[in-house]
Amino acid sequence: MTRLAIPKTYKLFIGGKFPRSESGRVFEIRSAKGEFLANAAKASRKDARDAVVAARAAGSGWAGATGYNRGQVLYRVAEVLEGRRDQFIAEIVSTEGVSAAAAAAQVDEAVDRWVWYAGWADKYVQVAGNANAVSGPFFNISVPEPTGVVAIVVPQDSSLLGITSAIAPALVSGNTVVVIASERFPLSSIGLAEVLATSDLPGGVVNILTGSPAEIAPWLASHADVNALDLIGAAGLDWIDLEIAAAETLQRVMRPEQGPDIASPSLTRITQFTETKTVWHTKSLI
Amino acid sequence: MTLTSPDRSGQSPLAPASRAIDIIGADLTEASLTRYLRGLPAVDAVGLTNRAADLGSRSIKATSKAWALDKIISLIDLTTLEGADTPGKVRSLVAKALTPDASDLTSPRVAAVCVYGDMVATAAEALGSAKGEHAPGGINVAAVATAFPSGRASLRVKLADVADAVDAGADEIDMVIDRGAFLAGNYGRVFDEIVAVKAACQRADKSFAHLKVILETGELNTYDNVKRASWLAILAGGDFIKTSTGKVAPAATLPVTLLMLQVVRDWHRLTGERIGVKPAGGIRTSKDAIKYLVAVAEVAGQEWLEPHLFRFGASSLLNDVLLQRQKISTGHYSASSYVTID
Amino acid sequence: MTSNNGNTNAGSNSFLDYAPAPESTAILNLKSEYGLFINGEFVDGHGASFTTISPSTEKTIATIAAADASDVDTAVKAARRAFDRSWSTISGRERGKYLFRIARLLQERAREFAVAESLDNGKPIKESRDVDVPLAAAWFFYYAGWADKLDHAGLGANPRALGVAAQVIPWNFPLLMLAWKIAPALAAGNTVVLKPAETTPLTALLFAEVVQQAGLPAGVVNILTGAGATGQALVTHPDVNKVAFTGSTAVGRLIARQIAGTDKRVTLELGGKGANIVFDDAPMDEAIEGIVNGIFFNQGQVCCAGSRLLVQENVHDEVVDRLKARLATLRIGDPLDKNTDIGAINSAAQLERIRTLSQAGEDEGAVRWSAPCDLPENGFWFAPTIFTNVSTSHRIARDEIFGPVLSVLSFRTPTEAIAKANNTPYGLSAGIWSDKGSRVLAVADKLRAGVVWANTFNKFDPASPFGGFKESGYGREGGRHGLAAYLAPAESRSYAAPAMKAAPAVAAAAAVETPMTDADPQTPTKFVRRKGANK
Repeated sequence: MTRLAIPKTYKLFIGGKFPRSESGRVFEIRSAKGEFLANAAKASRKDARDAVVAARAAGSGWAGATGYNRGQVLYRVAEVLEGRRDQFIAEIVSTEGVSAAAAAAQVDEAVDRWVWYAGWADKYVQVAGNANAVSGPFFNISVPEPTGVVAIVVPQDSSLLGITSAIAPALVSGNTVVVIASERFPLSSIGLAEVLATSDLPGGVVNILTGSPAEIAPWLASHADVNALDLIGAAGLDWIDLEIAAAETLQRVMRPEQGPDIASPSLTRITQFTETKTVWHTKSLI
Repeated sequence: MTLTSPDRSGQSPLAPASRAIDIIGADLTEASLTRYLRGLPAVDAVGLTNRAADLGSRSIKATSKAWALDKIISLIDLTTLEGADTPGKVRSLVAKALTPDASDLTSPRVAAVCVYGDMVATAAEALGSAKGEHAPGGINVAAVATAFPSGRASLRVKLADVADAVDAGADEIDMVIDRGAFLAGNYGRVFDEIVAVKAACQRADKSFAHLKVILETGELNTYDNVKRASWLAILAGGDFIKTSTGKVAPAATLPVTLLMLQVVRDWHRLTGERIGVKPAGGIRTSKDAIKYLVAVAEVAGQEWLEPHLFRFGASSLLNDVLLQRQKISTGHYSASSYVTID
Repeated sequence: MTSNNGNTNAGSNSFLDYAPAPESTAILNLKSEYGLFINGEFVDGHGASFTTISPSTEKTIATIAAADASDVDTAVKAARRAFDRSWSTISGRERGKYLFRIARLLQERAREFAVAESLDNGKPIKESRDVDVPLAAAWFFYYAGWADKLDHAGLGANPRALGVAAQVIPWNFPLLMLAWKIAPALAAGNTVVLKPAETTPLTALLFAEVVQQAGLPAGVVNILTGAGATGQALVTHPDVNKVAFTGSTAVGRLIARQIAGTDKRVTLELGGKGANIVFDDAPMDEAIEGIVNGIFFNQGQVCCAGSRLLVQENVHDEVVDRLKARLATLRIGDPLDKNTDIGAINSAAQLERIRTLSQAGEDEGAVRWSAPCDLPENGFWFAPTIFTNVSTSHRIARDEIFGPVLSVLSFRTPTEAIAKANNTPYGLSAGIWSDKGSRVLAVADKLRAGVVWANTFNKFDPASPFGGFKESGYGREGGRHGLAAYLAPAESRSYAAPAMKAAPAVAAAAAVETPMTDADPQTPTKFVRRKGANK
């Protein structure tokens, strides 16, 4: 007698919890071959609002943690992700329709990117900041600090690597993020949420919304408590309207990117969501 | 330890020590004094020097400058403090004090002549009827005392030094504090010495010679120390706080004088009483001296620009001011051969 | 407060009524009319010319040409030509030498620039003489040295200039803001079209003469005078690669909207409502000076002004008393008098704004105290003013007044001070006054502001990055960070005209790109960049 499998309920990830959409809506996830896989929660503007609240609340703790501490947490994400390697490969194979080898390569690269960014957490300040030799008796130093709450439309054509590449660099410096997952391939995003939830990452640091980017993104772009908007995966949206909306509160906006190497790792991805703070202090013996 | 106790000074608590008792409390002890001094707001050196530089950049022209030059002369303690001082040198100094510019008798007289204690009688004699601030056009005799400039002698010797000068007719005593005791944190000892010296300034007729307390700011080294020492000197009964002996570099600077002016301003805010300030050593030009006048007027208040509240301890400053006066009166730049070497 | 109207008699009255010490205007050799500076020459503008007046007297200084859209186009074309044909082809070392020349020329003509600035802006000569002009020269000197060292700017080897920079600057520090904009742009290899503020064009036009004296290739620096419409035409010009703006948050928003969907790079240095936090262990006298400098420097017309004073409650009364006593010694009056501390408000419009917000402060229940002083009859004047009993909800505690008006609030604990300091959409500057180093550093860490001054305020240096968090804008000016704002990594897609080389994978994307124009806002190009070299 064959055992009946237990399908997973795919929910949102907000404030460290896994709620259904407050709207009660879901959307169908089908495999590359068109088979029904799951009903994912379809986030609403109110879910986006809740996610921003959660991200803001988590901000000071995450930003206030030491770089060493954040680095360890991000490395822990890689560890847990590695442990669930087979699950992600299976999901990617079924949703993207790629070979197992290609799916494995994507998962492995994602794990490696978490490790790469984890290592930056206690180093990027040294590279992006500096002491300033001003002409006067002053101690003067410039250091990068997290921008705050970052809303991210992750690359839409990728299950796991896209979201990893978009959110890991924002987390390095201490930002908290509200993520609009890939509409086509959301399963890995929810899988990643489960990894994050078991990886010592404080609740609210990462919030993941599945559903329609076109529907949710405008609410985040115009949200006064969102400090930055990463449109890296928004090429297919009316992203100029999003940029215009974001201008209202001077959100830092990163425009869409395209191409095979989208969101490839770089230090700039870390520093683009930082603010340089310069501190002066008088310096004198007598 | 109780400060100003009879067993230490041999006298009853003195009137001026009442300042400390009023401010710190009747249970005045070294501990309470130390707590008080350490509780004073800190000084930020960069901000202080910036403020001094800002005051120093005032542009004093025309009528203001003419007024300032005469004012500077009237605030000078014309000073000779050399091991080689002789009665002749002191008489020459007094002559200069009485008639700064023989070619222009409209020049005001200086406030005082400042000499070593053994020269007080000579100076007093040379001044004659012009001696003392109460005489018309009167000039005080100020004497440095308390084992000036180092202050390294027993209290007994220091008090004898003071008494000698007062007996010889000194109107003002410029004492030095025990910087060693201050830097060792022994504020009570410094306090008691000042109180004792103040007592020694009392004349037979119960009046007091004015007491200027020299902090020797160059040795105190930090502005926080200067601030504490200024408060300490005032609390102990000083009539004036003075920057330096002139024997230690750096002597008077504008920032350190500014800081002391802030202290006397705050003392006035607190008690209504005005204490004098005397920068001494290193002020050689009219231009520099005018910066001090600006600092006095803008920080403490213009009422401080009187001889009983502000003095310049200087020797060569007077001639430079006279050259500037001559320039104003003639319209031409003057030369050093038109002022006297004394 | 001492009136500094030049009608007092020091000798008979009071030493503090210093006799007038006016800086001579003889050093200035102004023309009665100024044209636009395009392609190395002064030319007529096609807009309706306007006059610039001295805000302290309301007397006309000169007639100034206004650039219309066609002039903007001419200037941008000149800048593009200069970028393609000269400026991007000469070595960094040679570019640097031009900048060093400019720095020296500014130093040589410092007195002249100071007088012109005070005349046109209304700021005290001691500020233009000791701050604006020396810092402007220092800015060129600093960035001159960067021109041949761009590999070390933090963008990897061989970073590239962006192209033509459109720069719009405000009236509060006319020459200094020009230097903040032009020096890094030129050092990085860009050419510029700069628009000074309508009310303060004078020093920018004198600077054009300096550009001529320095022998800069024609078109590298272009100066367009005019009002808001000129600036708008400039930042929206399709052939501009970089927009740098300093001014109000409202205009900053507008620019951010207008450049949406383009590949223009933008840096915005906008408004502020800086908190100046005084703890009970502050070095008190220096704190008072810092408060005064924080809000009354340049008549408070400073984006990073310490306009919100947050005082620990146990020293509130003492601080306010001392502050009032200190303000009574400030001298308001003729900006050209060397003893003037407080000059004129820059314009009638700005004065009106200050008056309106101050009235709102009174209407909402705050207690107003203005330094007693006689204000001159002509010109735009506002006495230094302190509001106490201010609540965080009052407009004067939230809106940028941009004038000599200080709002005093109190706090009880460091945590409350930090919360109140950060309780604003702005995030430009903050001050901390405390003798306790560990607390200073901890509070500095938690303040959401781009510049934090501890036991000092309103200090600027070309080596020190400056710019805001949140709605105070983005990007930095000054230091290595300020240079990076005018550079792109070597491997990224070029922002410049098709003449620039691009990597093969990128060329295809660039080929489909069409410049965005105002008339065609709905056909954006996708922004594509290539990364990965620094994996």
